[in-house]
Amino acid sequence: MKIKVTVNGQLYERDVLEHKTLLRFLREDLGLTGTKEGCGMGECGACTVFFNGKVMNSCMILAVEADGATIDTIEGESRGPSLTDIQKAMEKNNSVQCGFCTPGMVMSIKELLQNKAKPSIPEIKEAIEGNFCRCTGYVQIIEAVLDVTGRSKEKGELKHV
Amino acid sequence: MFDTVKTSDLSHVGKNGHREDTIEKLTGEAMYVSDMLLPGMLHAQLKKSPHARAKIVKIDYSKAAALPGVRAIVTGDELDYRLGLYVVDKRILARGEVRHFGEAVVAVAADTAEQARAAVDAIEVEYEVLPPVLHHMDALKDDAPLVHPELGSYDYMAAAFTPKPGTNIANHTKLRKGDVDKAFAESEWIIEREYSCPSVQHVPMETHVAIVQWGKGDKVNIWSSAQSPFTVRNLFCHAFGLSHSQVRVQVPYVGGGFGGKAGIGIEPLCAVLSRKAGGRPVKFQASREEEFSLLPCRSALTYRIKTGVSATGKIVAQHMTMYWDSGAYADYAVNVTRASGFSASGPYEIPNAWLDAYTIYTNKPYGTAYRGFGHVEFHWAVERHMELVAQAIGMDPFVFRLKNALRPGSLTMTGEEITEHTGNVIKCLEEAAKAICYGNLTDEEKARQKKTGWKIGKGVAALQKAPAMPPFTATSVVLKMNEDGSVLVNLALTDYGQGTYTSVRQIVAERLGFPLEKIKVAFESDTDRDPYDWQTVASKGLLLSGNAAILAAEDLIKNAYAVAGEILHCNVCDLGHDGDKIFIKHHPKKSVSFASMAVGHALPNGNGVGGPLIGVGRYIAQGLSNLNKEDGQGNPAIDWTYGAHGIIVEVCEETGEFHVLKIASVYDVGRAIHPEIVRGQAIGGMLQGLGTAICEGYIYDQQGRLLNPSFTDNKIPTAKDLPLEIECFVVETPQVDGPYGARGVGEHSMISVAPALGNAIQKATGAEIMHMPMRFEDVWRALRHKDPIDNWITKSPIGSCRSAPEARPNG
Ligand code: FES
Ligand code: FES
Repeated sequence: MKIKVTVNGQLYERDVLEHKTLLRFLREDLGLTGTKEGCGMGECGACTVFFNGKVMNSCMILAVEADGATIDTIEGESRGPSLTDIQKAMEKNNSVQCGFCTPGMVMSIKELLQNKAKPSIPEIKEAIEGNFCRCTGYVQIIEAVLDVTGRSKEKGELKHV
Repeated sequence: MFDTVKTSDLSHVGKNGHREDTIEKLTGEAMYVSDMLLPGMLHAQLKKSPHARAKIVKIDYSKAAALPGVRAIVTGDELDYRLGLYVVDKRILARGEVRHFGEAVVAVAADTAEQARAAVDAIEVEYEVLPPVLHHMDALKDDAPLVHPELGSYDYMAAAFTPKPGTNIANHTKLRKGDVDKAFAESEWIIEREYSCPSVQHVPMETHVAIVQWGKGDKVNIWSSAQSPFTVRNLFCHAFGLSHSQVRVQVPYVGGGFGGKAGIGIEPLCAVLSRKAGGRPVKFQASREEEFSLLPCRSALTYRIKTGVSATGKIVAQHMTMYWDSGAYADYAVNVTRASGFSASGPYEIPNAWLDAYTIYTNKPYGTAYRGFGHVEFHWAVERHMELVAQAIGMDPFVFRLKNALRPGSLTMTGEEITEHTGNVIKCLEEAAKAICYGNLTDEEKARQKKTGWKIGKGVAALQKAPAMPPFTATSVVLKMNEDGSVLVNLALTDYGQGTYTSVRQIVAERLGFPLEKIKVAFESDTDRDPYDWQTVASKGLLLSGNAAILAAEDLIKNAYAVAGEILHCNVCDLGHDGDKIFIKHHPKKSVSFASMAVGHALPNGNGVGGPLIGVGRYIAQGLSNLNKEDGQGNPAIDWTYGAHGIIVEVCEETGEFHVLKIASVYDVGRAIHPEIVRGQAIGGMLQGLGTAICEGYIYDQQGRLLNPSFTDNKIPTAKDLPLEIECFVVETPQVDGPYGARGVGEHSMISVAPALGNAIQKATGAEIMHMPMRFEDVWRALRHKDPIDNWITKSPIGSCRSAPEARPNG
């Protein structure tokens, strides 16, 4: 089936198989491999993208459902040479280990900050609850959000005793 | 090395420098094997066993072979190879018999994954179902079916392991120290209890994935999400009888490992498909479900401990029996058994010790290395036991721990003497206790308890771990200077998120005296490009590769000085350098830049001197020995990293629900090379340890089918599961032979989280929990003295798990 979809501001027209997920369409047909597959079952959030302005698990959407939709993926962040503020804060706060959850995490945090300028810690946890990270234990990711919203003082540190 | 230099005197070590790999990961540019496509690449899918134990009567793939796009189908019958790290017991595909639910039986490669899936569905396998042996304690019974009747004919590493042919015992590790019988006879108290934990999945966010191309000239290229490229190459070559020069393994970015990707996995499978498909590259990526049941997990453990204590509260004797559930294959599980054996008492001095540790085959997915290498599991037992023994003898558990903790002069169970350089577990314990105000409740906590009605309790637990590795484990680092005087670092240790490359980069910059920006660690590992490293496991990377990096930096400088001496016409001993140039100390203006020497220097008249500047560093573990197989005595530990956790918990006695209010973790890391990375490891491991403690674990039905191979039924912690408050501390007792005094801490943060929580829950409510995980229902049961639910083989499977095989289509 033919679909027209706008991804990161660019219009694509493609033929897709009916059962192909949006995630696999992005990765395999458009070569946008920044969005990851961690489970393919809507559980882990590695595949998080913006779908018509809201974050969704792209493994749970069929590509054909995206006909006419506007999609934003990690590749659309930081166009040009510099990182977005969220990415910079995550870089600075050691929020990235293996990096496999990171693109999805960036998208969820972006949505959070679009809705709320200074989210509380419980609100941050709520917003990234659907993004599993097996490496970091989330704390340094949460601290990046605190940092980017001007609350770097609430950050913890390694104490020498 | 350089362990006595103060951090304040160092430029890079001890600072929170930039991580080189972060930007690629934040932008989605980082290329993982799961992202890779090669020209002509085929996709593999597997037909897996729906049974825990069965004879394969017949495989009919004629229909599948006729389907469009199918390029190769392979069964176990045509693959006469066995694989194994320590006991060579595993086929690439099951042959004759399947030994666990989810085991691969037939492999298909097709043009697309859909075509391969359709072909797998069209394959018919006829089985004769046999009664499986599921629980590892049942597997020890005389009449238990044998998982490997041919065990006696397998090759194994005889220096370290002892399989028992004719039984299900893949390895028996012994340790004998002192006179246990006499010491028990003299003990004031003898306390014996049993503890257990189930199998657990590592859950790297990127499942195992590999692409293999077996070219017509028998050159094999492997791209894999593996932790240890040289181990993949070595085992691959052994299995197929190839020369090491025929096989190249490349490891790009890897989405987490935690031990599950330490050995060889799906690479041979892709390889045989590629060979059969005429050399086209074949990719296989495990589904999340396959990650649980096809690929290995952490072994379950039953641990029985009997402790004799003197009237003053000193442990005088301990009798320990560990029963490790290996699952269907021995893989790393036999070595987990060995390593756990020599560390089995935790960081306590046991003057008279008797230990038997068994690795036991069962018809379940097989066990392997998992962050902590057995120490998470047996510390659960040891640190719960210390609590219960203290309670039984009427001593405060913290005081009891301090009294028995290892200190300079103590002998470990293998007879190694602890010195003041070894690390300080007592300080770790004291700081953890202090951070949670151990021993009593603050006014605030009392008020909270009154308000909520939930009981608040505090617990501590200590931990220790040394790398489990062959005594002659070695690594190497090569530094190559680029034309502009910057330096490329090549090493085959992999960095799948731990941050070791960043630390190695800091160490190289420090030792060279160069700015950090001039040092690049090549990210992908490649057995054809990089110098040898044994494996990326055991928290040994920083120590061994860090030392090799120091030696490589010194070699590079030495080589550069030799050339500079020639150019500047002076003795090498009169030279000094900064980040750009080498100069004569007395006449600093007389200098030559590194850039002008990097790839060979041209004298004014055009004559050449020097040549490309390269530094080589090799490091091999020092002073270690094989353990005596009869009494377990010897020197297995290059370094011991000690630590402790303190936990404050609040528990609802009515429902068994609880919240972790605070966790304070302390590790003696020798020196924190990059404090934020240490903290990242500390918190990440802590939460993984909490997952093990509160919710994770494999559940089987009575036929041995895994009931919860998904995130729906096998939860892992999310951001909402974080303790309310987290504090991380380091003690820095320098490791004499560690790079700048550092020792590894990658695994340690996961160890002893569970017993600290169990101890805190017991303090709050009196609930005696002996089985992990501690789900709310387990706390509720323990409060009512009901037996915990048996986590290995559930008695009421149907309806309790949404992903029961019956409910799944392609089970
Ligand atoms: S891959 Fe979509 S939620 Fe896990
Ligand atoms: S950084 Fe590895 S899963 Fe989040």
